[in-house]
Amino acid sequence: MGQTTEQQRARSTPGRTPAADPVALLRTMMEIRRFEEKSAEMYAKGRIKGFLHLYIGQEAVATGVIAALRSDDYIVSHYREHGHALARGLEPRRVMAELFGRETGVSGGRGGSMHLFDVEKSFLGGYAIVAGHMPLACGLALAEQYKGTDRIAVNFIGDGAVNEGEFHEALNLAAVWKLPVLFVNENNLYGMGTDIRRVSAVVETHKRAQAYGIAAEEVDGMDVRAVHETTARLAQRVRAGEGPAFIEAKCYRFRGHSMADAEHYRSKEEVERWRRLDPIETLKASLLADHAISDADIEKMQAGAEEMARDAAQFAEESAAPPVESLYRHIFKERRDV
Amino acid sequence: MSELTYREALRQTLRYQLQHDDRVFLMGEDIGAYGGSYAVTKGLLSEFGERRVRDTPIAESVVVGAGIGAAMAGLRPMVELMTINFSLLAIDQIVNNAAKLHYMSNGQIDVPIVIRMAGGAGSQLGAQHSQSFEGWYAHVPGLKVAVPSTPYDAKGLLMTAFEDGNPVIFIEHTALYTSKGEVPDEPYRIPFGQAEVYRAGTDVTLICYSGSLHQGIGAAQRLAAEGIECEVLNLRTLRPLDVETILASVRKTNRAIVVEDDWRFGGFGGEIAAMIQEHAFDDLDAPVLRCSGADVPMPYAGALEQAALPQEAEIVRLVKTMV
Repeated sequence: MGQTTEQQRARSTPGRTPAADPVALLRTMMEIRRFEEKSAEMYAKGRIKGFLHLYIGQEAVATGVIAALRSDDYIVSHYREHGHALARGLEPRRVMAELFGRETGVSGGRGGSMHLFDVEKSFLGGYAIVAGHMPLACGLALAEQYKGTDRIAVNFIGDGAVNEGEFHEALNLAAVWKLPVLFVNENNLYGMGTDIRRVSAVVETHKRAQAYGIAAEEVDGMDVRAVHETTARLAQRVRAGEGPAFIEAKCYRFRGHSMADAEHYRSKEEVERWRRLDPIETLKASLLADHAISDADIEKMQAGAEEMARDAAQFAEESAAPPVESLYRHIFKERRDV
Repeated sequence: MSELTYREALRQTLRYQLQHDDRVFLMGEDIGAYGGSYAVTKGLLSEFGERRVRDTPIAESVVVGAGIGAAMAGLRPMVELMTINFSLLAIDQIVNNAAKLHYMSNGQIDVPIVIRMAGGAGSQLGAQHSQSFEGWYAHVPGLKVAVPSTPYDAKGLLMTAFEDGNPVIFIEHTALYTSKGEVPDEPYRIPFGQAEVYRAGTDVTLICYSGSLHQGIGAAQRLAAEGIECEVLNLRTLRPLDVETILASVRKTNRAIVVEDDWRFGGFGGEIAAMIQEHAFDDLDAPVLRCSGADVPMPYAGALEQAALPQEAEIVRLVKTMV
């Protein structure tokens, strides 16, 4: 894709984050969607075990946020993190292999769906204890502040995290030490199967961050361009040393909490209403209306996403399981004892 | 050599690490301006400044978690938790993050953090300030657990903890901070997983660690006057555990008692007893016994508290039932 004049100008202006390339954002979202559909298929076939939390519906958040970051900014995510991993550029093959529990997986088969790691890509994990990863993001940010770099930490959390003590401890520490951390709350309205309104005294999660004196904004998490714009602005502020920031991205997951979810807690009408806001379909429609892309372009991107997912599943299928003899490896940095 | 208190010995290692490695910083509740609840960090804030010695909010989970995060980014944090009782508020960070990150990430992430805390009882601090959780931490794969008993151990084990490269739970005993001992002036390291034969003997092995070493020594001295020679082991670390030294001693004495402050039921002493019978059953002339803390929330009243802790007299009585 050629750049618009505006994009070129943005790129040449020091200190400004480039405007989003909407076609690239669309491609990433389509790839995440297709990857997740393939994951569901592989789960149904018994290739993927354990818990599988699909990101379908929320693609605009990971895509918009991560496109607005520097590639060395840390990402610390929750357990619904396949989308973040792919948006950061982890190899789809090795992500799928991890879901399969194979040796070639990003975590060597030791992590699984909820624990993807790729240090070279500054992707420091998916975490499966709600809010338990927030202190880590604070620490990564603290380390960069201590070293005097302008690298920031970005911490994805769900709306279920906001009632955990660690949420409040982390926001307070980040604020009082002006840590370079950007919290991104993916508010998909349900903590597992519980409506946020039933369990939260303040449902607008960004207001909780504001209570700690943190720059916090709400954004339409179904609109990837809005997410990108908000992130770029707040990340710049965080990078400049002005302290932490917080984004509440209102979004919705189209599938159940995990593959085991019968979805008794929400109505089909509600799901349908949100599906009409599908971040991929709305962006496609907008770009088509603007003649920024053609139907042929979309078909080509869809075919690319399809091939990526197929190839990832094939790679995972053909990869070996970790050898049982490796069971005790990596408990400690140097294995002097077990 | 100098005669130092346990706390002074700890402080020497902290100073050394701060002087020699810019990646090292300290954080914790009241470690700076106040000088540390047990005065271990006294004077370090004025010497090294707020970047290196950081007072934190009373928020144990984020303090430990931020330490882990900083370690993930290549620093060498030391987090002080004031007391082991407060570590329960950070147990999610310690068990779910520190202990697992290296493994879950397939060795990509290192967590070189030292988490210091004061444990044990004996100072009439009541049920919520008088606990011994070292066995809990030793239970978790991925954590190393150091339990110094003397000023010499305190300085040398803490040095090793900083340089180990893995999460180390460093448990000091509240009753030992003012205890004194000979400590080399120069830096030195005590390797993890190597117990010390504190006193050689032939009749019964007393397996001790942290504060209980001193009850073990006292009992051994009393028994020596009666012609019974106890071998007293100082474990120094619970994980890694020096199985070899324990077994070698038991093969010599054929009898063993584990002495520990911890609750008896499900305590670390049970692990040692099981290990001995698995590996040295034929060498035993008597069942492995435990002289442990009583299975009660620690009472405040002095007489009750002492009754709940392992005592020299009880060790002496148990030894006499074996020989």
